[in-house]
Amino acid sequence: MPVLEGKGLTKYFGGLVAVSNVDLHVDEGEIVGLIGPNGAGKTTLFNLISGALPLRSGTILFKGQKISGLKPYEICRRGVARTFQSIKVFPDMSALQNVLLGSYFGVSPGMSSMEALREAKEILEFMGLSASSATRARDLTLASQKRLEVARALATKPQLLLIDEMMAGLNPTEVAQAIELVSSIRKNGITIIMIEHVMKAIMNVCERIIVLHHGQKIAEGTPQEIVSSETVIKLYLGERARAAS
Amino acid sequence: MDIARVISKRSSALWAPFLILILLASLPLCAPQYTIILLTTIFMYIVITVSWTMFSGPTGYISLAPAAFFGVGVYTSALLGLVLPLPAIIGIGGLASFCLALFVGALTLRLRGTYFVMFTFGLVELLLHFVLWWEVNITGTTGRVVPTVNNTKVFYFMLIIFVILMFALYTIRGSRFGLALEAIGQNEDAAAHTGVNVTMVKVITFAISAFFMGAAGALMATRWTYIDPKIAFNPLLSFMPVLMAIFGGMGQLYGPIIGAAIFAYLEEFLITRFPYYYMLIFGTIMVIAIVYMPEGLVGLIRRLLKSSTEGRHART
Repeated sequence: MPVLEGKGLTKYFGGLVAVSNVDLHVDEGEIVGLIGPNGAGKTTLFNLISGALPLRSGTILFKGQKISGLKPYEICRRGVARTFQSIKVFPDMSALQNVLLGSYFGVSPGMSSMEALREAKEILEFMGLSASSATRARDLTLASQKRLEVARALATKPQLLLIDEMMAGLNPTEVAQAIELVSSIRKNGITIIMIEHVMKAIMNVCERIIVLHHGQKIAEGTPQEIVSSETVIKLYLGERARAAS
Repeated sequence: MDIARVISKRSSALWAPFLILILLASLPLCAPQYTIILLTTIFMYIVITVSWTMFSGPTGYISLAPAAFFGVGVYTSALLGLVLPLPAIIGIGGLASFCLALFVGALTLRLRGTYFVMFTFGLVELLLHFVLWWEVNITGTTGRVVPTVNNTKVFYFMLIIFVILMFALYTIRGSRFGLALEAIGQNEDAAAHTGVNVTMVKVITFAISAFFMGAAGALMATRWTYIDPKIAFNPLLSFMPVLMAIFGGMGQLYGPIIGAAIFAYLEEFLITRFPYYYMLIFGTIMVIAIVYMPEGLVGLIRRLLKSSTEGRHART
């Protein structure tokens, strides 16, 4: 059964077609990669799913129920969480408070303070941020801030997690750690869609890849199918990718 | 020894406000009338500034609507003063402002930045001219007489409003609602995507802060005996809390209190000593304060404390 289904998703910015008639479906427990050149509409697609932007046309179903048209906080409470490409942590709150907000207001609000605190600490531990739980978010390193965003999203107890460029700007060691984290999040039963330019990460963790170009879906398939697809190589990956595979 | 010091420090932090409160409450027994009246005015400014900070501090939405909410309270008092007892009038004045803020907030809190500032100030002007038009054309008056209440009673009620306000502020700050409010100020989009109903949190806080402004207005009207729309909706009252909060420093809870107290006293002092130059001196002080104390009095105090402890370390 698909966790997420999108039909005919379309969004214009003035005269610019940002996302054009995109269909997508994501099954439970999958990790789906979303790739494409800059300006292809990947982040816009995330914004449509999470309710940050209204759809021009099309519908989005989450677990069979329509979520398009709902406000971001309602979509979050249904069980769809996200991170942001340009980091949006709460800079003057501690790492723990950042995560606590997710526990307080996510899928199961009304949790007791003790319980929320215990859960937030567990999530920080899971994300390897225990040591900096009292640190203000603005004082964390880039890699830690990105992990904090994921931690905050996880604290809302999502069934579907949208990760927008978690690996950009990280060094190779940090990328390896991030890949490991994504796999272990999935092991906890959370379905993931990730936007990523680091191909190594996409190839390693994704079972299926969707390629966007000028707002249109130009290809979809397993990593192997994608790297050998003529259109994708021509429009995005380039000849070296073929040579590498 | 360290533990003892921590305990004494903590209990003094708890007891100091109580002591000051008891001192203030017993003041009317011995102090002259003038002091009581001055203190009432100072506490009026404190209440307006602190309730302004309650919403605008954490969210960063600069509201210039205090004069509107205050004025609604003033008119409640003028309309019901002869009919109802004082506590009821204060409550109704607060509630009327609360309802107005709910309505206005639901309309405007989707606006951000400058647009919100402009709209809230427009609200003051709108109410002023609407009431003026109403009084001239419908009721055929310009001003109204408000039944007076004795000064000590007004002082005590202002103190009670202040105490309830501080209690509300502490409760909100320590709650998950307060955490959400802070998150909105730091990144509204992220807060919305973390499950916070940002509009509701903003509108409710805006309305609670308006309640206290309306209550203060209803009470203060009894001091003035005569009011008209221009007195009730005086635009200056919208700017005062902003200036006082900046002057005191918004980083700490006590910043706006100190700011409002000193500012209000300064105003009184300058008006009586230099009636002709008072605005000029006032403006100069404000400019100097903003240039040299960007974090307000609280920032200045903290800097002085820091340099004194550093000096001590350097000596040892």
